[in-house]
Amino acid sequence: MRSFEYTRAESTGAATRDAATGGTFIAGGTNLLDLMKLEVMAPEALIDINRLDLNQIEGTEDGGLRIGALVTNSDLANDSRVRRNWPVLSRALLAGASGQLRNKATTGGNLLQRTRCLYFYDRAMPCNKRAPGSGCAARDGFNRILAVLGTSEHCIATHPSDMAVAMRALGAEAETLKEDGTTRRLTLEELYLLPGDRPDRETVLEPGELITAVVLPAPVRARQTYRKVRDRASYAFALVSVAGIVAMENGRITKANLAFGGLAPKPWRDAAVEELLTGEAPSDALFNRAADLLLADAQGFGGNDFKLPLTRRTLVSVLTELTQEARI
Amino acid sequence: MTEHFKMETPATERRLDDMAQGLVGAPLDRPEGPLKVTGTATYANEWQIEGMAHGVMVRAPGNSGRVILANRDDVAKLPGVLAVIQDDRLLRNPAQGTANEAPVQSPHHAAYLGQLIAVVVAETFEQARHAAQSLQVTLENAQMVQVDPATAAVEPQDGQALDQGDLDAAMRDAPHSVDLVYTTPSHSSAPMEPHASIASWQGGDLTLRGSYQMLKYNRNELADSLGIHPDRVRIISPYVGGGFGSKLGLAPEAVAAAIAAQELGRPVSVALQRPQVFEATMRRSETRQRVRLAADAEGRLTGLGHDARVSNLPGESFAEPVLQASHFLYAGANRRMSLELARLHRMCAGSVRAPGEAVGVTVLENAMDELAHEIGIDPVALRLRNIPEKDPESGKDYSSRRFREALESGAEAFGWADRPGVKERREGEWLIGYGMASAARVNVLMESQARVTLLPDGTARVETDMTDIGTGTYAILGQIAGDMLGLPRDRVEVVLGDTTLPPAAGSGGSWGASSSGTSVYLACEAIRRQLAQRLEVDEHDLTLKDGRATYANQVKSLSDILQGDEIAKLGHVKPGDTSTDVRQATFGAYFAEVAVHAASGETRIRRMHGSFAAGRILNAKTARSQCLGGMTFGIGIALTEELAFDPRDGHVANHNLAEYHIPVNADVPQLTVELLEERDDWANPMQAKGIGELGICGAAAAITNAIHNATGVRVRDYPATLDKVIAGM
Ligand SMILES: Cc1cc2nc3c(=O)[nH]c(=O)nc-3n(C[C@H](O)[C@H](O)[C@H](O)COP(=O)(O)OP(=O)(O)OC[C@H]3O[C@@H](n4cnc5c(N)ncnc54)[C@H](O)[C@@H]3O)c2cc1C
Ligand code: SF4
Repeated sequence: MRSFEYTRAESTGAATRDAATGGTFIAGGTNLLDLMKLEVMAPEALIDINRLDLNQIEGTEDGGLRIGALVTNSDLANDSRVRRNWPVLSRALLAGASGQLRNKATTGGNLLQRTRCLYFYDRAMPCNKRAPGSGCAARDGFNRILAVLGTSEHCIATHPSDMAVAMRALGAEAETLKEDGTTRRLTLEELYLLPGDRPDRETVLEPGELITAVVLPAPVRARQTYRKVRDRASYAFALVSVAGIVAMENGRITKANLAFGGLAPKPWRDAAVEELLTGEAPSDALFNRAADLLLADAQGFGGNDFKLPLTRRTLVSVLTELTQEARI
Repeated sequence: MTEHFKMETPATERRLDDMAQGLVGAPLDRPEGPLKVTGTATYANEWQIEGMAHGVMVRAPGNSGRVILANRDDVAKLPGVLAVIQDDRLLRNPAQGTANEAPVQSPHHAAYLGQLIAVVVAETFEQARHAAQSLQVTLENAQMVQVDPATAAVEPQDGQALDQGDLDAAMRDAPHSVDLVYTTPSHSSAPMEPHASIASWQGGDLTLRGSYQMLKYNRNELADSLGIHPDRVRIISPYVGGGFGSKLGLAPEAVAAAIAAQELGRPVSVALQRPQVFEATMRRSETRQRVRLAADAEGRLTGLGHDARVSNLPGESFAEPVLQASHFLYAGANRRMSLELARLHRMCAGSVRAPGEAVGVTVLENAMDELAHEIGIDPVALRLRNIPEKDPESGKDYSSRRFREALESGAEAFGWADRPGVKERREGEWLIGYGMASAARVNVLMESQARVTLLPDGTARVETDMTDIGTGTYAILGQIAGDMLGLPRDRVEVVLGDTTLPPAAGSGGSWGASSSGTSVYLACEAIRRQLAQRLEVDEHDLTLKDGRATYANQVKSLSDILQGDEIAKLGHVKPGDTSTDVRQATFGAYFAEVAVHAASGETRIRRMHGSFAAGRILNAKTARSQCLGGMTFGIGIALTEELAFDPRDGHVANHNLAEYHIPVNADVPQLTVELLEERDDWANPMQAKGIGELGICGAAAAITNAIHNATGVRVRDYPATLDKVIAGM
């Protein structure tokens, strides 16, 4: 770890100004501190945002929910409104990390956590994300946990969050504050970038731009589930995860919001897959066609080839569960 | 005065059966437990010593070539840095267990990626870590070296080879046979407490606070590494936060701390970083094992073959002894076994959690399951049918063996009779299966010494350099002394983990409890004799309980007998003929119920049972805990644990606890353990055998056999991760 300046931000405005000139926000620190100890990240200044007034969960006018960026993963998972109306989010949170980590981890930090690619964390290894232009050690290395969708020749890392996958399925938006005092709202689709030839750039956020909240739209009448498949029963990142929100009417699917974790550099959603399912009567054949479409461009790199059949099986299983329940 | 004893003949007098105090066997708590759970037991790296500096080790970034510290002078100038040390004496890898001498010392040449080639010392830990990370290490004349055991050159281990009868003919003629290849990956010992040492010198004398399992060997290894006389070295290691084999032999941080402390003239603390524990201590070798079994129509084995390949670094003689239990577990007249060692540039291989049997018995038990399936008989019945009367190779008797009882009683306790057929039971999306496997582990007695002092106030002190690595040594040694001297447990103080105390066998190979326990027993026997002499009675007519002696219708307190004196005796046990006259081993059986998700292939263990026989149980609670731990590691072997080596340079890619998956609570269901009553007169005068590792020796096979029962899928390439399960579904 390198020495760094430490500033406790007294206001959101001050935080963004400090961060714009080379500072890095620290929230729960559960990811950032690990990276700093390894000197994978070496910020010159830390802007501690923990005292900012961003830890409320409040209803919005249109029946949605505004979640402050500092709300912890534990608090969010256990919020009674979330559990009742957005259960997919609660389940996704509880499927992540461990109790201790969830007590520290924040909503904003979770969205912006870095990949778990093992080569990214090891400075002896080439990694385009950590050291642009050095190469990608994972492509021909140990890549069991890495991506099969949305990759580029420069990087095949996944975004590891569970929470963000559920938020993506729910159509959540991040509210941000920029250094110049303006705010914007970004869907998660807009927030994250694919690696392309710049895997070091992961989001569209500008220097100093602070996530202040995540806004969930009003709840929909639909079945929701979060299915996480992993290498051990707890305390492991998703190999594949599916956040599913499915509504049925008269034996036909009227809504199918599906987001996937463990597959791509960002929480993945495929509009064509959702379109294909909408209006159809559920069947194994249909679900397999949905998987075909989802995986049409998927590419494994040896150690993660299994994610293709695993995704198919998991998707079919989740859709079966959600449509069966919906029919009852 | 020393009580020497060599175990030459069976010890048929079972004194511990009827000691009046009644401590041995009781499920007593570990006396140091409260210290550990309240954080007040001071572990090696937690000592705060006046003037102490901090060292962090630096790894080689490749697996060959001459090590160059490119920016050494710049790093030496970083804030707080006291020294950048690349001394010739730094260890290439840890010493093997019981090596008793320095391992290869070569910080100037890289043999594997992750090798610790230098230590940077600074005023604070943070400064040292930053400086260590800033050191640019380059490798001159690096070559392409072998990192893949499949293609590496191999050395046959002739001493392990066996060719008895005609296995080929037996296989050819058998109505039933299996010929199968299994692979198991490398495992990490993954102790919670990283390897850590604090060295301080007083003149030419070195004191090392470390985390080690076998101090008498470690002292010699450290002295030899430094080139000084062992008398000048003291190692203190009262608490060890898990070793699992990786702290048997001296590790690189100890030598680094000692050299740095000497060079700087002040105490130096060096703790391995978590990735360094994974990369630079010991791994269990990966294995490739071929098992052949031939059986007659009734399922009686006529042939048994076990051929294995394991690996290690050049220059290391340790070869994972996977054949160990295959020699004696089952019958079969025609037998062939061989072991070969592949040479490659991965981190050092050594003892990790029951070396040999943990993976050797596991695949043998998979093959037995496949044979039972092939014949169409109950897997338990197949085992029962093949319990040999005498050791199938040497013809010797077994010292004690309640293997049959473990199989039968375990099956009963688990409800094995309710076993479903293959792919027969389903609950929603979960496929349910049962599996079982046998357990076997060799039993060993090692030389060990302990001093027991009966103090004038009628309390006792036990002293030995034996270690407690979380296993319960403090508890059991106090129980043995308490029983022999008639003292309640809280009147016996047990002092461990210091090389100034009498040298013990150390914790390893499951021999610690019985070896060090015997030395305590012997010392206490000598004390009893002296007490009897004072009372002028025969020692056997003396009943000691609650600090009082009862003899010839009289009662007298120990302090009255002692009259202000103390009695100190040294117990010293050595193995003798009983080690070779008979086959000594421990046995058991595991039963598991699993649920496999039909879509994802994830396996969840629903319940697991083990029945074990390991001679006299010294403490029912700590013995049970050992078995629970073993079975938990069995779950790890079966489902999750694998050191992932980069295919190009052989480095450990998943070098942390987030990505090296040891089982977490959610992976471990209700485990039940049954300990069968047994006495082994050949083992030692306590009739106790080792139990530390028995719980892991085959456990994984019960789980993978259950996966087959649930899904019809045989995963022969461990661990049975979901990708391998769905590939077969
Ligand atoms: C062993 C382990 C296992 C884990 N397992 C899982 C798992 O299974 N599933 C899962 O989803 N996660 C898992 N995690 C990751 C965990 O969820 C994240 O570390 C956590 O959510 C990060 O939140 P934080 O508040 O601690 O972020 P920090 O570490 O404080 O910050 C992370 C990043 O976000 C930036 N940042 C933080 N807040 C803001 C803000 N408001 N605006 C702008 N930038 C901000 C920081 O500058 C930093 O770059 C695991 C972590 C560990 C260590
Ligand atoms: S996958 Fe991405 S993060 Fe991993 S090594 Fe390659 S470039 Fe780095």
